[in-house]
Amino acid sequence: MEQLLEKYYRPKLPHIWCPGCGNGIVTAAIVRAIDKLGLDQDKTTIVSGIGCSSRASGYLNFDTLHTAHGRALPFATGIKLAKPDHKVLVITGDGDATAIGGNHFIHAARRNIDLTVIVYNNNIYGMTGGQYSPLTPQMARATTAPYGNIDRAFDLSELAKGAGATFVARSTTYHAKQLAELVAKGIAHEGFAVVEALTGCPISYGRQNKLSKPAALLAWQRDHTVPVEAAARLKPEQLAGKIKIGVLHQETAPEYSAEYGKVIKQAMGGRS
Amino acid sequence: MAKAVLMQGNHACAEGALAAGARFFAGYPITPSTEVAELLAKRLPQVGGTFIQMEDEIAGMAATIGAALTGVKSLTATSGPGFSLKQELIGYASMAEVPCVIVNVQRVGPSTGQPTSPAQADIMQARWGSHGDRGVIALSPASVPECFSLTIEAFNLAEQYRTPVVLLLDEIIGHMREKIEIPAADSLTIVNRKKPVLPPGEFLPYQPEADGIPPMPAYGDGYRFHVTGLAHDYTGFPSGANSTSQELIARLHTKITDHADKIVTFEEQQLADAEIAVIAFGGTARTAYAAVEMARRQGIKAGLFRPITIWPSPAKQLKALAQKAKTIIVAELNYGQYVQEVERIVAGQAKVVSLAKWNNDPITPQEMLAAITGAQAN
Repeated sequence: MEQLLEKYYRPKLPHIWCPGCGNGIVTAAIVRAIDKLGLDQDKTTIVSGIGCSSRASGYLNFDTLHTAHGRALPFATGIKLAKPDHKVLVITGDGDATAIGGNHFIHAARRNIDLTVIVYNNNIYGMTGGQYSPLTPQMARATTAPYGNIDRAFDLSELAKGAGATFVARSTTYHAKQLAELVAKGIAHEGFAVVEALTGCPISYGRQNKLSKPAALLAWQRDHTVPVEAAARLKPEQLAGKIKIGVLHQETAPEYSAEYGKVIKQAMGGRS
Repeated sequence: MAKAVLMQGNHACAEGALAAGARFFAGYPITPSTEVAELLAKRLPQVGGTFIQMEDEIAGMAATIGAALTGVKSLTATSGPGFSLKQELIGYASMAEVPCVIVNVQRVGPSTGQPTSPAQADIMQARWGSHGDRGVIALSPASVPECFSLTIEAFNLAEQYRTPVVLLLDEIIGHMREKIEIPAADSLTIVNRKKPVLPPGEFLPYQPEADGIPPMPAYGDGYRFHVTGLAHDYTGFPSGANSTSQELIARLHTKITDHADKIVTFEEQQLADAEIAVIAFGGTARTAYAAVEMARRQGIKAGLFRPITIWPSPAKQLKALAQKAKTIIVAELNYGQYVQEVERIVAGQAKVVSLAKWNNDPITPQEMLAAITGAQAN
């Protein structure tokens, strides 16, 4: 880990995240994935939105872009199209990706542009102090849902798949090793890849929902998840309340920047 | 060799962008700016560039900034409501000092207004539309050839001053067809952003040079630098220090105002002995050329001052104008926006009269002549 720290992190630690926050684990999983794939650090750009998770871009030693709330994906789309040979990773939170950035999320998925999106899902708006997000579970408490949240939550993975993402995976900070493997698979996948990382927020989510101890959040992740392979063998009643983890969806489809490369070739009359 | 062709203002704007070296466009269709996007959808891939129609106006602005960070000259085009939607990220481009061009072919507002009617009602939105405080450059062409040349100028200013530049067209100019001679590429002056001289490790991406502007590496150049919309110090990383915000926000203004003499361009017509000066820009200047001539034929000493640079204001020139002319008529297609800036600058040294029109139609030469003769009578 020390070598990874030296190579991939900027000398900016300690980070801003609260004690017990899972975001450091998710960020480390991304770094392990990048290292495993041996990505060229000068040809890898990391883009983030706004929120706790999105501060991760500042700690990583790449070209990094900390954008505006919800807008990481269209910024990343511009970078990828202008530099198709670069790998572009997007770090975003649950509120960032699915509320203010929801439209960008479904359209980036529809295009199947080669971006790897890691959604740090802590089920809450952490940085603004615990308001409900589209991924806050129904009836969970939030500062803007003091009587319990009546909104139905998105299933992020189903949303991504339905919108056209060609790689969808999910894991948790409890399953940190698997998370790194899934991020690596997502980066290696040519097309729009979404990796949902369930991460614990002891302060803004936990304190309102009897999960303020970081260990309890990790135990919750352990007890409420089931590997997708095992889930196939379980009965519906055994699956109730369980979250599937692993590669949830993968298919091959034309990638957007490569398709636009063909448009350029055609427009230039076969020249390039 | 230059060849004369008949061309629409919006198309001349698109061709000007290509001539400036723009190789990326991202936007969302909106009347009356669509022809800029349509022509670039065809033309950009022909020169190896990229066009993308994004899911909304905000995404169009975001992708434009993203592409610009890779070193590619980038633009978007929009109209009133879209310009409003883009404002947050136009502010981002100011804060992060990302050169790019935003074409706004103005239409009647507020809200959806009159999509196909001309207006010049985003003058103040161009200046103050984004939250917070920032320096602004905005240009307004008054002819099809100028749509071409000012789009190049907009890119040159964006690159030189590391800032988003707004090109304020109006529907009259955007949809007008005129003769234009496209100049030979080698006759054009093209400015590119300055690159760092220091190697990575020694280079600070937001440390200004003597001219107030930091050099700018591209993503992929090996500098591995951080860009954020948060207040940041010379390293590019967020800083909450009072001194950081103080210096940064001041520099976003002074890097433009300190160079105002080089940035500000304008045109004067028959002003030498003018007692009544009309100030008009964009499509309204077309009316003013005719009205000033009509007034002269009636023996009235009228002249025209046409700001080409709308922001920063041609303050020095307007102050001098107020010393010469008794009355200044500010003609514009809105409820009276730019007149307030002129009043502020003139500060009582001349009488300032507003000729504002907001009923979907252009100001006619007769209406402007009536304003001039009215001023003469008083």
